[in-house]
Amino acid sequence: MDATVETEPGTAETAATGTDAAKISARGVDVFYGDKQALFGVDLEIPENQVTALIGPSGCGKSTFLRCINRMNDVIEGCRVRGTILMDSMDIYDPTLDVVQLRARVGMVFQKPNPFPKSIYDNVAYGPRIHGLCADKAEVDEIVMTSLEKAGLLNEVIDRLNEPGTGLSGGQQQRLCIARAIAVSPDVILMDEPCSALDPIATARIEELIENLRERYTIVIVTHSMQQAARVSQRTAFFHLGNLVEVGDTEQMFTNPHDERTQGYITGRYG
Amino acid sequence: MTDISKSAALPTGGRTVKKRDSDTRMRRRYAADKRFRLYGLVAICLAIAALIWLLASITASGYQAFVQTHIQLEINFDASTIDPEGTRDEKTLKRADYAGLYKSAIREAFPEVRNRRDRRDLTRLISSGADLQLRDMVLSNPSIIGTRQKVWLVAADEVDQFAKGAYDPNKPESERPFKDKEIAWFNTLRSAGALEKQFNWSFFSSGTSREPELAGIWGAIVGSFWTMLVTLLLSFPIGVAAAIYLQEFAPKNRWTDLIEVNINNLAAVPSIVFGLLGLAVFLNFFGLPRSAPMAGGMVLALMTLPTIIIATRAALSAVPPSIREAALGVGASRQQTVLHHVLPLALPGILTGTIIGMARALGETAPLLMIGMVAFIVDIPEGPMSASTVLPVQIFLWSDLPERAFVERTSAAILVLLGFLIAMNAIAILLRKKFERRW
Repeated sequence: MDATVETEPGTAETAATGTDAAKISARGVDVFYGDKQALFGVDLEIPENQVTALIGPSGCGKSTFLRCINRMNDVIEGCRVRGTILMDSMDIYDPTLDVVQLRARVGMVFQKPNPFPKSIYDNVAYGPRIHGLCADKAEVDEIVMTSLEKAGLLNEVIDRLNEPGTGLSGGQQQRLCIARAIAVSPDVILMDEPCSALDPIATARIEELIENLRERYTIVIVTHSMQQAARVSQRTAFFHLGNLVEVGDTEQMFTNPHDERTQGYITGRYG
Repeated sequence: MTDISKSAALPTGGRTVKKRDSDTRMRRRYAADKRFRLYGLVAICLAIAALIWLLASITASGYQAFVQTHIQLEINFDASTIDPEGTRDEKTLKRADYAGLYKSAIREAFPEVRNRRDRRDLTRLISSGADLQLRDMVLSNPSIIGTRQKVWLVAADEVDQFAKGAYDPNKPESERPFKDKEIAWFNTLRSAGALEKQFNWSFFSSGTSREPELAGIWGAIVGSFWTMLVTLLLSFPIGVAAAIYLQEFAPKNRWTDLIEVNINNLAAVPSIVFGLLGLAVFLNFFGLPRSAPMAGGMVLALMTLPTIIIATRAALSAVPPSIREAALGVGASRQQTVLHHVLPLALPGILTGTIIGMARALGETAPLLMIGMVAFIVDIPEGPMSASTVLPVQIFLWSDLPERAFVERTSAAILVLLGFLIAMNAIAILLRKKFERRW
């Protein structure tokens, strides 16, 4: 809650790098946890309707960066963010910006599936209800159904919508969380190691789902699995010790990285 | 260490020695395990034994108070005594000499008693509160005037105690308060079927009294109820609000640390200190009436607040952060996150803490002594501003009285208080079971 924003003058030259469809662009993002600096001047463009994978060894700042995009770092005591993050050319750290509105546009899926201890239906309906996206019961029903459908969960839970979401299997819970995130119709979905608590079959289903969701949403995914990054993403960004080392098309990153640290990490020499 | 020296001394047989050593080690480990479990078992047995002893001794001395000896007399509701002018005016009926009615009735029952002093002692078999009983009968049904009715009257406390076996008739007469002639009357009444023990309703329906056979706990229960109501209405909202702010919204800095330390300290402050505070602030500064449940409830609320705040904060911090992240992640505001997700999950813990705090407040005596709730109050309190006492203070007061019959009443009142405390704790457990949700 103490996240103070210090926008440095002159960093807001929009679209300098000229990526035409950049949904989100970060300029010189520094993040501090108390006295400790976790991110050092990250510049990153995230293109629209693509999957961008953030990879790197533990503690390299990739999750920190992800949580900057929907300002989840605000709630961490003593966390400060400096620099600019623009979404559709709008500064998301503008003090006049309503963080609730931002989080409605930028959904998030967490490492551990965390459905609310409520029914499956209420889990999905909660977001639309608090944002006033639905006028009556029929509209809520429709949003819940389409969200579950998009998350590929509808067929499995159609006859037990009123049972608790916590009673589902891990993979189903994670897809429920994805359904919950897309129920508020965001533009961007952030995923923080969404498959790290799942078995390979559930992981495969989530990856398939990510591939389908890409058509409608811009997705940023943090992953520890190089194979997963290679499978699901179009662009990959490699973080190391709080620095963004290299970013590029996934194919190029995995076949022909420019930086030798990227090379070392991808080939498994460290990390 | 022995295994090393042995195996060094016996290089060839090293393996077998080691094996034997490991066997003894294992045996010792098992024995230590068993001893450790035994200590715990012994501790639990001691605690249970102490509890059973306590309950048994209180029950043994208190259960008699739930029955009360009554004497049946044929009362002549003489119209010339009660209502000489025949107006049936309520004022006249109220002022009539009802004591004379039961006194003449018992003298009629024992016509052989002639001696003036014996006649006086004879009337003392009946409780001095019997006239009120007769008055209430007449007032509620004036048509009984002029008739003769068989009425069960409350016996005096000495009769009651003798009936319950408190006095040994084989002792020399001078050493017991219940004399030979009284024992004779007692036996006459009992063999005539005019003396029996009945359930003691008045113990639960009347206020306290100087006469043990008339004293009841209803006044104290009502006083406790008003006091607890004030305590709950003040401490629950304030405590929960303070805890939510401190746990969910307050920044972590030196000030909040200081507040936290002080709340923890307040929870350990002796309760009589809160009584002094109440005397100085609520009574002397704000001018609240003495002995009022309002003032008592405010003092107990101060005492309960730290308990509720600490319990609520513990319950809030036990809600996993992933739930908060999930709510914030779909765009809930801080307030929505707390109200919709965190608070419902913390509710069982909050309720449990509150009820435990209230149970402690219900059993509290010392601070209430300071604000005058120790007064002798016969009337049933009508509201939070009328003078009253509370159950534990009533127990304290009765335990101080010399009459033997108050001993069993003290124990009986303790049983009632314990009953309330057990009920409150049971409710706390039930609520926790009912609202507990897995995540």
